[in-house]
Amino acid sequence: MRLALTPAVEAAVTVDLASSSLRELNAALHKLAPDTTEAYWKIANPAGRHALAAGLDAPVTVEIDGPVGYYCAGMNKQARVIVNGNAGVGVGENMMSGFIHVKGDASQSAGATGNGGLLVIDGNASARCGISMKGIDIVVKGSVGHLSAFMGQAGTLTVLGDAGEALGDSLYEAKLFVRGSVAGLGADCVEKEMREEHKALLAAKLEAAGLLGAVDIGEFRRYGSARTLYHFHVDNVSNY
Amino acid sequence: MTDMTNTPRTKPRLSATFDEYTLSEIRRAAATGIYDIRGAGAKRKLPHFDDLLFLGASMSRYPLEGYREKCSTEVLLGTRFAKKPIALKIPITIAGMSFGSLSANAKEALGRGASAMGTSTTTGDGGMTNEERGHSQTLVYQYLPSRYGMNPDDLKRADAIEVVVGQGAKPGGGGMLLGQKITERVAKMRTLPVGIDQRSACRHPDWTGPDDLEIKIEELREITDWEKPIYVKVGAARPYYDTALAVKSGADVVVVDGMQGGTAATQEVFIENVGIPTIAAVHQAVKALQDLGMHRKVQLIVSGGIRNGADVAKALALGADAVAIGTAALVALGDNDPRYQADYEALGTTAGAYDDWHEGRDPAGITTQDPELMKRLDPVAAGRRLANYLAVLTLECQTIARACGKSHVHNLEPEDLAALTIEAAAMANVPLAGTDWIPGRNGRF
Repeated sequence: MRLALTPAVEAAVTVDLASSSLRELNAALHKLAPDTTEAYWKIANPAGRHALAAGLDAPVTVEIDGPVGYYCAGMNKQARVIVNGNAGVGVGENMMSGFIHVKGDASQSAGATGNGGLLVIDGNASARCGISMKGIDIVVKGSVGHLSAFMGQAGTLTVLGDAGEALGDSLYEAKLFVRGSVAGLGADCVEKEMREEHKALLAAKLEAAGLLGAVDIGEFRRYGSARTLYHFHVDNVSNY
Repeated sequence: MTDMTNTPRTKPRLSATFDEYTLSEIRRAAATGIYDIRGAGAKRKLPHFDDLLFLGASMSRYPLEGYREKCSTEVLLGTRFAKKPIALKIPITIAGMSFGSLSANAKEALGRGASAMGTSTTTGDGGMTNEERGHSQTLVYQYLPSRYGMNPDDLKRADAIEVVVGQGAKPGGGGMLLGQKITERVAKMRTLPVGIDQRSACRHPDWTGPDDLEIKIEELREITDWEKPIYVKVGAARPYYDTALAVKSGADVVVVDGMQGGTAATQEVFIENVGIPTIAAVHQAVKALQDLGMHRKVQLIVSGGIRNGADVAKALALGADAVAIGTAALVALGDNDPRYQADYEALGTTAGAYDDWHEGRDPAGITTQDPELMKRLDPVAAGRRLANYLAVLTLECQTIARACGKSHVHNLEPEDLAALTIEAAAMANVPLAGTDWIPGRNGRF
């Protein structure tokens, strides 16, 4: 079957999911060569479909006009994915590189286990944002839910709003910046001094998200691992 | 026994409840304040395949000639949805064991041995190594809760993907690789600092139940263009329902791991007290597939304490499509070899009982990251030993199948079995030997 493609302005490839299937779209995106000239894709009528634009591995832009379901842009490499709507569970899960921009809210486990790249969420993210993150940078303009960055191993989570309960529980080396209130810190997560290198790091992440100058870096507080749970010990039994 | 006054005295009697092992464990716990962590599977005596017997052909069945008439062993896995099902020459696969837990030489040897016999190996918690991919003709990539080393490139390099929900040694449990095994390479693969204890989560981070798993599997299929079979592995606890839900979630293959299945490092109390024996799990898993009309359409792999060709044949007769071996494969490589007895004694144990795999001091060079110990394992020779062992398992299974009149090992059936004990008869749903009585036949399972 052929994709229902229509020529669009500025050489964008437009795919209407009301008439093309998700499988056809993903298959076409997976076939893109690194030097493809089809570098801008516009997706209409996503209607909350799952696994939309999952497994991309090309330097292209995929702009989705509407809400997406679970695992949008999962395991993304290289690509820019823009969601003009809300995203379901696990947007950008295990992302390796590239950029994902959700212009609405995101559900649970946004950026879960992400290894690299940047995930920006204009609205709020739900529980477990950045769970087991492994190097991804996540910027949430709104607030994040409970257990965000749970077992976060590497990367940064920047929250312009508030954080829910048990932020950074069992954290490893991920770095957390929160501008608003924190309902509670998880086991082994502590507030840390915001030194100049951390301000510079935060500034870099905000700049990448297009927010440098839009918010005062001085309003953020930094959280990280106390590293007391790095080795199993009976004295820490209350934390296990 | 008498004392100086000739008063009879009773012989000292150790408690069956507080036996020597139990007493030593209480003392160890009191001294350390920490539960015992070890590798391997359950060591207590459990109902097992030994409690089943085959009913060889006599008058009512017609046997096949050994060494003359063919008894096929090939198996096709992942025929439900995958564009590229896996074709194995023998119904015996190598279970998932991680690089990190095992040395690179051990992983290479597993790949060499399995490939020589036309079967598959499986990665583990910690990702895929080039050595493993390079030496494994067919490689199953485990998709684990920790997602250590998970990346789409390796997903695409794999021949199948195994979503690990549970493990026989610890259904419902995560894991911990102690810091002494976390070398620079292992740490880099797991995105964590060198030398810390590395926890493996017990839950997947981005799905919580079968409805979510269905969507997760759809994502994995989309990423890999629906080419690769998707396995779902569960630890045997409620295998009827877990198998049914795995099928509902879209699995091509269900892997059921009984409580004799091994682990790299888990609490002893967990290994010995959680889950159900393999023999009890097979029938329930098969029943679930049959009830759904999916038996042989969704393939079933059974693991947990498989040791010889009779175990293989019994699992297949109960309805499995293939088995997986872990601990037995390590023994074939050279694990717990008596030639290292002096080293085992220095570690306070003996050959055959060494299970502190998490400590990284394995004298056989298998469950270690110590470069000097690793040198003890020649991957070529060890691979050859594994291939020999797999060949023996296959020959033994064929021998039994021929005796039951089967031209393919998959033609073995429950009717070919009888049980030695009431417990085994009830668990495996086969008659007690010499009777036609299956305990609980009118029960639910």
